[in-house]
Amino acid sequence: MAEKQAKPGRVPMPEQDPAVRRRNFEEVPTGYTAAMAQEEAARCLQCKKPGCVEGCPVQVDIPGFIRLLTEGDLTAAIRSIWQKNALPAVCGRVCPQEIQCEGKCILAKKGTPVAIGNLERFCADYERNHGTGALPPKADPTGKRVAVVGSGPSSLTVAGDLILKGHAVTVMEAFHKPGGVLVYGIPEFRLPKAIVAQEVNFLERLGATVECNMVVGRTVTLDELFEQGYDAVYLGVGAGLPRFMNIPGENLIGILSANEYLTRANLMKAYKFPEVDTPVPMGKNVTVLGAGNVAMDSARTAMRLGAEKVRIVYRRSREEMPARSAEIHHAEEEGIEFMLLTNPTRYIGDERGRLTGMQCLKMALGEPDASGRRRPVPIEGSEFELKTDLVIVAVGSGANPLLTQSTPELALNKWGYLITDPDTGKTSKKGVWAGGDIVTGAATVILAMGAGRAAADSIHKYLNWGW
Amino acid sequence: MFKIVKRTEMAQGTVILNEIEAPLIARKAKPGQFVILKSHEEGERIPLTMAETDPVKGTITIIYMVVGKSTALFRDLKEGDGYQDVIGPLGRPTHVEKVGTVLCVGGGTGVAVLHPITRAMKEAGNNVICVIGARNKDLLILEDKMKTASDDLRVCTDDGSYGHHGFVTDIVKKVLAGEKVAQVVAIGPVPMMKAVSAVTKEFGVPTMVSLNPIMIDGTGMCGGCRVSVGGETKFACVDGPEFDGHKVNFDELMMRLRAYCDEEKQCYEGYCRLSDG
Repeated sequence: MAEKQAKPGRVPMPEQDPAVRRRNFEEVPTGYTAAMAQEEAARCLQCKKPGCVEGCPVQVDIPGFIRLLTEGDLTAAIRSIWQKNALPAVCGRVCPQEIQCEGKCILAKKGTPVAIGNLERFCADYERNHGTGALPPKADPTGKRVAVVGSGPSSLTVAGDLILKGHAVTVMEAFHKPGGVLVYGIPEFRLPKAIVAQEVNFLERLGATVECNMVVGRTVTLDELFEQGYDAVYLGVGAGLPRFMNIPGENLIGILSANEYLTRANLMKAYKFPEVDTPVPMGKNVTVLGAGNVAMDSARTAMRLGAEKVRIVYRRSREEMPARSAEIHHAEEEGIEFMLLTNPTRYIGDERGRLTGMQCLKMALGEPDASGRRRPVPIEGSEFELKTDLVIVAVGSGANPLLTQSTPELALNKWGYLITDPDTGKTSKKGVWAGGDIVTGAATVILAMGAGRAAADSIHKYLNWGW
Repeated sequence: MFKIVKRTEMAQGTVILNEIEAPLIARKAKPGQFVILKSHEEGERIPLTMAETDPVKGTITIIYMVVGKSTALFRDLKEGDGYQDVIGPLGRPTHVEKVGTVLCVGGGTGVAVLHPITRAMKEAGNNVICVIGARNKDLLILEDKMKTASDDLRVCTDDGSYGHHGFVTDIVKKVLAGEKVAQVVAIGPVPMMKAVSAVTKEFGVPTMVSLNPIMIDGTGMCGGCRVSVGGETKFACVDGPEFDGHKVNFDELMMRLRAYCDEEKQCYEGYCRLSDG
């Protein structure tokens, strides 16, 4: 009797050729066809106690939607995902699935796990391009109003959850476009902006109101939101304060924070200059400081803007690089060079104040530090000069104090992040929740979404039964 | 859309005033604060300090000189047209208190920014002396309003076509030599603020300047607007735009303002060619 056997390998996702894509802003993976998606979906063993759902921070019913997909009912498949996740087209693309759902897939033990991310992405893309537009069911209106501050991943999750539970939701965004890091940070070639717009539009079709150009803390204060009749407020304002290295010469022309570089390139679409009005510096010999996802995004953007040489300079070794392995791999394929165990000590400029180079030191790895990673220590006498005309500083970001300064009763930790109850996301101020990077410091999209889910559950309880 | 309810040309059409419907901003704005404006989908985000706000009408007023493509596009907007995005109020408000005699110094379109601050200084009970300057008589703006806002107004032009022949610093020196001034506020082109700060430093009079570096978001997210003040890096959009003029590194600011001069030129020339034919 032949048992149902899973096929060994996963169906590969087609990708643009590295030699071509390194100079364009189109998406790198081009997506499954329906036949590919069904072939991959058929690999799922439909576990009774699925580990994948446990591994998903927002607990999407993964075997459920995959079963609907194999049955060919794509409308039902996407509606099943939407019950738990308002941003499937985003999550399918940017989640680190290898340490989440796919990491817990039973097939991961023997070979390759089911490509859950690719399948989620396929369902969302199929619905967007060919779907019926049918919305998931929504609870009856409760008459309660919730203000969601910020429109990044955690905020959009809160908005999606609460609107389905029948509350009236208004999302307030300081920029002129909603999406937070999804629109200003993550580049077009990883996450097309039309897709983010579509996910936000899905929330609007569900009944959420999105107000842009609202700088909460300036245009309106937190207390005024309550005066205006909001019953609860969620703060998902992110960690948008760029860190610099604080080394001499940092204000020379040609040194930008990754936030500035990516905001110009992504949100303002400066890669189309002069078709659009915002310029972005076009370096020939570009250096990116740092080795997280933001550094990879910056380096790959610089390559696409026509740089001759793009280098990542990182003070630790390859093992400690915090970026997703897929991003590092993509960057290497596109010709980005890695200069490891190297730290800049000062910038060098010409008489017009333009960057021409950078003085660096070679490092060696010493004893492990508090984070458990081996601490880089400078090698004496190893100074050398690196020629570069554009430096993008991607060494992390801190808590933006704009909102918290105007609301002194919000308790902050010593780094300026909001202190919240770890289970519910409640802040020290009644009726105010927070989640995502403004609580944890810069982390991932899906962690922010998980925080949003917990806070939304807690807000729902509060609106029904009190604080 | 943020509708333009009133449009006036000043200084022979080189300086434009727009009164814009923005009730949320008008309700909250204080002297010294700025807004970020974007006129259309492909446009860039430009910071401008508000010249006036009317919380009752729900409008804010900006006054700007046409210097490049974006301001040229702003100029082309008529009454009834609108800006796609207006964000604010941003930055810290001017610190206003009764200190005695305040000397307000304005140059070029900086006078538009100086006006609400001057008025607030007078309303706080200060004796307000004003010096305003322009390259020539035709470029001088808001003389009447500044007269009303201050106790004593002096005017100068670089070419001598009106008022004192020379720079505002000449008069600043004269005033400081003759009177006890508690506070100076200087707003205008960077070289002018630098020169005024140098003079007031000699006299030991605290001096506040309003800086105008390149900005993108205006909310502290990118550090594009960073300036050196007293050897420390500050973000003008959230820590300013007003700073102690004796501590600002003006040379670095001037240098950083030139970062995109080639791109700005390319953009403006492209626009001028299009509008010519």
